[in-house]
Amino acid sequence: MHALARIARLALPVRGALGLALLAGAGAAACGIAPTAISAWLVARAAEQPPILSLMVAITAVRAFGIGRGGLRYLERLLSHDAAFRVLAALRHSAYARLERLAPSGLEAFRSGDLLARLVLDVDGLADLWLRVLLPYAAAAITAVGVVAFLWHAVPAIGGTVVASLLLAAAGAPLVVNTLTRRAERRIAPAQGRLAALAHDLLAGAPELLALGATPRQLRRFADLDADLASAEGRAASGAGAATLLAGLASGGATWVALFLGVAAVRAGMLDGVGLTVVVLTTLVAHDLVLDLAPASQHLPGLSASAERVLRVLDGVETAHEPESPAALPVGPYGLRIRGLCVRYPASARDVIAGVDLDVAPGGRALVTGPSGSGKSTLAAVLLRFLDPSAGSIELAGSDATVALSSLAGEDVRRAIGLCEQDPHIFDTTLAENMSIARPGASADEVREALRAAQLLDWVDALPAGLDTPVGEHGARLSGGQRQRLGVARALLAGFPVIIFDEPTEHLDEREGAAIARDLLAATAGRTVLVLTHRPELAGAAVWSTSVDLAPRG
Amino acid sequence: MDGAGASALRTALIALAAVFAGRAIAGWAQQAAAYRASVSVKSNLRRRLVERVATLGPRWSSRARSGEVVALATRGLDALDAYFARYLPQLALAVIVPIAVVVALATSDLLAALTVALTVPLVPAFMALVGIASERSTRGRWHALARLAHYFTDVVAGLPTLKVFGRSRAQIERLREVTDEYRRESLATLRVAFLSAFVLELLAALSVALVAVGVGLRLLHGDLQLRTALFVLLLAPEAYLPLRQLGLHYHASEEGLDAAGDALRFIESGPGPAGPRLPVPGLRDGELRVEGVTVVHPDRDLAAPQRASFGVRPGEIVALTGASGSGKTTLLQVILGLWPPDSGRVVIEGRGGVVDLDQVDGESWRRRVAWVSQGPFLTPGSVAENIRLAAPDAADIAIAQALASVGLGDVDRSMELGERGSGLSSGQRRRVAVARALLRPGTELLLLDEPTAGLDAASESAVLSAVVSAARTRGLAVILVAHRPASLAIADRVVPVFAGRGVTGTLTPHAETGCAPESAPAGVPEDAR
Repeated sequence: MHALARIARLALPVRGALGLALLAGAGAAACGIAPTAISAWLVARAAEQPPILSLMVAITAVRAFGIGRGGLRYLERLLSHDAAFRVLAALRHSAYARLERLAPSGLEAFRSGDLLARLVLDVDGLADLWLRVLLPYAAAAITAVGVVAFLWHAVPAIGGTVVASLLLAAAGAPLVVNTLTRRAERRIAPAQGRLAALAHDLLAGAPELLALGATPRQLRRFADLDADLASAEGRAASGAGAATLLAGLASGGATWVALFLGVAAVRAGMLDGVGLTVVVLTTLVAHDLVLDLAPASQHLPGLSASAERVLRVLDGVETAHEPESPAALPVGPYGLRIRGLCVRYPASARDVIAGVDLDVAPGGRALVTGPSGSGKSTLAAVLLRFLDPSAGSIELAGSDATVALSSLAGEDVRRAIGLCEQDPHIFDTTLAENMSIARPGASADEVREALRAAQLLDWVDALPAGLDTPVGEHGARLSGGQRQRLGVARALLAGFPVIIFDEPTEHLDEREGAAIARDLLAATAGRTVLVLTHRPELAGAAVWSTSVDLAPRG
Repeated sequence: MDGAGASALRTALIALAAVFAGRAIAGWAQQAAAYRASVSVKSNLRRRLVERVATLGPRWSSRARSGEVVALATRGLDALDAYFARYLPQLALAVIVPIAVVVALATSDLLAALTVALTVPLVPAFMALVGIASERSTRGRWHALARLAHYFTDVVAGLPTLKVFGRSRAQIERLREVTDEYRRESLATLRVAFLSAFVLELLAALSVALVAVGVGLRLLHGDLQLRTALFVLLLAPEAYLPLRQLGLHYHASEEGLDAAGDALRFIESGPGPAGPRLPVPGLRDGELRVEGVTVVHPDRDLAAPQRASFGVRPGEIVALTGASGSGKTTLLQVILGLWPPDSGRVVIEGRGGVVDLDQVDGESWRRRVAWVSQGPFLTPGSVAENIRLAAPDAADIAIAQALASVGLGDVDRSMELGERGSGLSSGQRRRVAVARALLRPGTELLLLDEPTAGLDAASESAVLSAVVSAARTRGLAVILVAHRPASLAIADRVVPVFAGRGVTGTLTPHAETGCAPESAPAGVPEDAR
């Protein structure tokens, strides 16, 4: 419930709208009860045949309340939904902002299907916290105070009975039900997360799973998880019914007792016939206030589980630490000085990189070789401050100063040092928009120049839609080599002073690879370049100012 | 009150208690049953949806955006709760209750019964009008959520890339736009729903007022007894209540139905069930022939591959080469039976004659084929579990041997991998996939899509010699997509693959792809044979 309290506090910025919604909701609830009470009075009083004028006020009031109830309810729903959606949008923003800080290595604690479930679906469900729990309870409480005061004034014992039964229906029933279904409810959100993660996996690997003959087994796993979810939902469902049962019993019981006490009061001369009618019917409709509360509050444990899942993202631990007061970024061109660098992943017992030294002069070309798994991509992650080294130092040498990489803000580091990833993410949009991620204001000529250097321009020009061609999810409509070259073109366009190419010639044959290596070195003339590769032929493709081999020694 | 009155009162009170208890129990039973029905329908749709999308094959599944499908399978279908648990029971009540109330009223006060009978039909009439107006906006809400899910998945997957380019913060703005759009579309739908509920409420309130005022006035003139008047007044609102509630739940249920409709569209999309299928002939003493296979990508005015033709026999290694985008990967998927070609065919020629791949059952065909894709699929779990995806019964020792044979002897098979095999470098991932393919029982044809990309020379030669030994000693037919000399060197034949202009269907090779090598270059560094 602590998690829910934290989420509930997120609504503080929209408290004005929520307050108005609360008033409208309480008003609507009151308007729902009043017509019945007044009608009862009207009918009972009319039987005594008073002059018509004395009834006109009541007749008009019944109508007014009927209309007022609809209008206020409309207002309440509009205000509360708008406010709740605003809170959710804010929650999504902060979650994304957190993910942005965590990426990429801190994200490995989550699976992407599960992240989707947390940030889109769990968050969407949290709207119910305000819409179906907090606001309805508060509105019902306000109205109930008025109703109980009225009944207390008429017959104190009936007022007391209604207090007891309303509490029973609004708080007792959910309490009983929660103890019954708490475990089932709390299972639902994680089960949905697991289901989403597996579904995501199944879809991402669909063709290969089919080919491996593994689809039926994975589908059976899906069916198992699904059965798990269905059983949790089924248990929770019987709880929903139980809450309704208890609320119904409380409502019926209270009305019955009110009738009993009312008859006694009439006998004792405390109440007349008109009063009895009004009091008993008011008791009956007063319970409409809480009839929907019990089934809604039953979802509290589920909401709390969702809240915890969302908060776990917000509280994720960073794997790279920002300096408290970052140093200023020196002026380029930049060189790099790496001494005794060791890197170890948090959960691992072994250094991925152990004691690497490397000097790259401004404008120099460094070749970093090593077999697969020797830590080349890890080196790139450390240079971009995605990961903290466990020992050793990296210095960025500018023309005016030399500073330790760890003293710079991560964003500044990435302004100076760029990366062409080994497996660049291609966004599900057009070629042009994928390019503009590198440099939003780039001119058409600059984009074409980058594409030409990556040997992609002829292909793009041959496309009927050219740069406006959509590339599909994860670039599914491109071949592996085209994705690679799009990544290279993007990195070239960005114009980083220091640029790291991680296996830039993968998925390309030797001739294409050598051509790209030549072109990208030409296109980055004057800039500092690191090429990470396992392909020995690249060693001969250019004149390297320095080189280092990451192959494990001994 | 006298004794008889008190006893009548007691009887009435007891009866009333029974009625209240019965009402509460009926409410409980109705909710529990409705939710259970919803749970089982959702579960059924969810399984069928995922099964369908997972088995559609790349040609269709590449059009399904994974984030949208996942959102549909979870939250989208959840909206069915409202349909089953609230709308359907309410629909039954909305039919039965008004009729029952009118009949009951008619027994005591014909005029009130007539008033109710005339005004009740107005409610569904108005609902239908509002329903027609709001149908389009309901679609908006669900689709906006699906778009949000897709956008989110794409951006989070691309966060490292965005961060490299310093654009990850800028996406917060874009996220604001997308979430705002979601909020606006949701509210637009809900506004219609709330407005229609308001109209219905108003209609019901006015109708009840009409009855109440009539009753009050007639009571005033002494035309009506108090008992009858009370009865009418209490009963009349009950005629409208289920209809009002129906209006309230109509829009929530609409959303669920919309999601269910989307799920069913997926389930029914793609190719229908196949007709009678021929048994798959063994490849052991035959040949697999690719005859003029062309796959057209109309949106890119491209045929890739264009008229690919070659054959492969057991024990033979064929290398496919060609520039990126020439359709090598697609060709492998055609051979797997996952992508029906637009023209040409793949045949298996055995002792029993020639059988078109089109005619055989895809699943039993794929039982004889092992495939290593360009970005091999690895799932969170241990290395051994990933290998057992293809070879469920493989013993630990066999897994260790297979890993060692591809140069991964130092990788712990119980090592836990993250998503998409994180924890291993991309070259290691590829080799795990090769080990997996080699271990797969019953394989006759091995398809390898750049198995040595990302590998250093030593690992490359380990992988290639494992492939050669699979071909020579186990008699597997091997088709290999390759770029590099070492891979080309182990091939018995090198087949160039070309792309061409798709729509015009000319024979001229695509400008960029006319330069694929016709055979293995001379002077290859290693020969694994």
